[in-house]
Amino acid sequence: MTPPAVDLRLLVPELVVTATAVAVMLAGLFLPAGRQHLLRWLAAVGTLAALGTTLTAGADPTPAFAGMYVRDALTRVIQATALLAVLLAQWLSGEYVERTGLEAGEYYALMLVAALGAMLMAASSDLIMLFLGLETLSIPLYVLAAFARTDLRSQEAGLKYFLLGAFGTAFFLYGIALLFGATGSTGYRALAEHARTPAVIFQAGLALLTIGLAFKAAVVPFHFWAPDVYEGAPLPATAYMSVIAKVGAFAAFLRVYVVALAAQAGEWSTLLAAISVLTMIVGNVAALRQTSIKRLLAYSSIAHAGFILTGVVAGTPSGASAVAFYLLAYTFMTLGAFAVVLMLHRRGEEADQIADLTGVAWRAPALGGAMALFMVSLAGLPPTAGFLAKFYVFTAALDAGQIGVVVTGVLTSVVSAYYYLRVAYTMFTGQPHEDVGFAGGRWVTAALVTASAGVVVLGIFPGRVISFVQQVGQAMR
Amino acid sequence: MVVEVIIFVFAALGALAGGLGVVASRLPVRNALSLLLVLGSLAVTYLLLAAQFIAVLQVIVYAGAIVVLFLFVVMLLHRQLGAMSPDRLRWQGPVAIGLSAAFLILMLLTLRFATNAAAPAPAEFGTVESVGRALFTSFALPFEVASVILLVGIIAAVVIGRPASRPVAAPPRSSAPSPVGAPRR
Repeated sequence: MTPPAVDLRLLVPELVVTATAVAVMLAGLFLPAGRQHLLRWLAAVGTLAALGTTLTAGADPTPAFAGMYVRDALTRVIQATALLAVLLAQWLSGEYVERTGLEAGEYYALMLVAALGAMLMAASSDLIMLFLGLETLSIPLYVLAAFARTDLRSQEAGLKYFLLGAFGTAFFLYGIALLFGATGSTGYRALAEHARTPAVIFQAGLALLTIGLAFKAAVVPFHFWAPDVYEGAPLPATAYMSVIAKVGAFAAFLRVYVVALAAQAGEWSTLLAAISVLTMIVGNVAALRQTSIKRLLAYSSIAHAGFILTGVVAGTPSGASAVAFYLLAYTFMTLGAFAVVLMLHRRGEEADQIADLTGVAWRAPALGGAMALFMVSLAGLPPTAGFLAKFYVFTAALDAGQIGVVVTGVLTSVVSAYYYLRVAYTMFTGQPHEDVGFAGGRWVTAALVTASAGVVVLGIFPGRVISFVQQVGQAMR
Repeated sequence: MVVEVIIFVFAALGALAGGLGVVASRLPVRNALSLLLVLGSLAVTYLLLAAQFIAVLQVIVYAGAIVVLFLFVVMLLHRQLGAMSPDRLRWQGPVAIGLSAAFLILMLLTLRFATNAAAPAPAEFGTVESVGRALFTSFALPFEVASVILLVGIIAAVVIGRPASRPVAAPPRSSAPSPVGAPRR
């Protein structure tokens, strides 16, 4: 047995992220308390370097590392999205981490490792790598949810997320075991070969694998943990986990279903279509009654998981491109909405109730305008990124003949406009609370400006971004 | 062949009994010891499947290290833990048993249709050498990623276990100082 070719140049983005995480953690131990803000620069520089190497790295569709890892166009696009998410989330956290006295070194290191997990999931070409990527993504998120250790709600969020996440992982592993039993291999290629004559055990394995991924993506009926965890976790951690977990999980959906099992789309698309319809309905309807902005955005993230899933249901290369575009748009608009909430505080606490936003727009018009922009985008109205993202996934699903899914998607989008625009409306009406003050800073402002620019550019001048994400679809043809 | 079946039946019954003990007992010490029974029985099953190295690892790592760690924690925190409080959600137990039974039946039905697709394992399967070869050739990258996960686990334990360095509006904590770790700043 000869050792496989180890070409570390393929792994440069992952290595840069890992090295940055370790460097930030070590620097956090040695920097004195007054100079911890230097960590943000270190983390930002490392993330930008990784982003640069991802974008410039070549795309090669042949798996490397003995069939474990592939760096193709899908890898590049999803990794760029994950790195953008972690960069914006670092900026969002800047002042919050300082204000609340969280340990900055470990905090940024865990964020970066979670991004590494999502990157590895996107680059996996073997179920073992997918599983390890999933764990690399999940474990830091469990800790980030519990990061405010002195806060009981944060502890509860961390424990809940950990237990339910471990439960989901067990299903995922059981699925891998059954698939291994059916195919005698864990590679996606073996999966594709055996899918032509599927045995019952193969389908059962695939179903269990889907359950595990659906847990991570917070898709109905595996979403029960999401609102409680999102509500209890520290605000910037909530923002980050709502984005990065989706990026990783949908990268896996694309890899397993749209790439490996493309030929059997007729068999699995019905199952995913049912989950997608259920998710859109439950997420959007449950969001109507929320009074906490964190819970509202939690249900919003569930609803968006349903919308993104419609692109997977399409099962076509254009569907995969649409999913990649949606993930990018979702990153900008969700992190932007969280950035607005992070700019405020209620007597030093998080201003996490929708009522806290009352009339804020008249004291800070720019903040009100930004929130209105993000809410319009989340609701999917033109001329924003959210509209185009929905347009592309629904078009892809229509082309694949999934009319029922698209009709549900459009109808639930209308429902969602009500609760999103209610938030924007609250900001522009009534008297501001005396307790609510501004807690802005340079870093969170930078995140807010970047997210707003992203939403506008993706909505109005999407040309270059679209040709970037269309690499995904072209690579599959 | 007959000997193998007999050994398997005993190991399987032991694993089942241990699993029931983990779930059903209300004393943390009994839970941990039942887990030991599960892990030991599984090690025997691995031996029957010709995976000697995995069986040894199972005994050393899980039974030797992890269960002992559980027992340490249970003994150290004995006063706080004691017996667990009764369930407040009474309907939860029966529903859980019903759902588990449904899942079990579903999986059994699935496995009944399983055909022996995979080739029988080669003779050197499960030896230390073949596992080591696999780890350092085909599974080199997963092996490295697993090391990152272990690093995260360590960071996680430190982050969660460390006493609060600055009590930021913290609720009053128990007065006993933690024996390990110290405020960093």
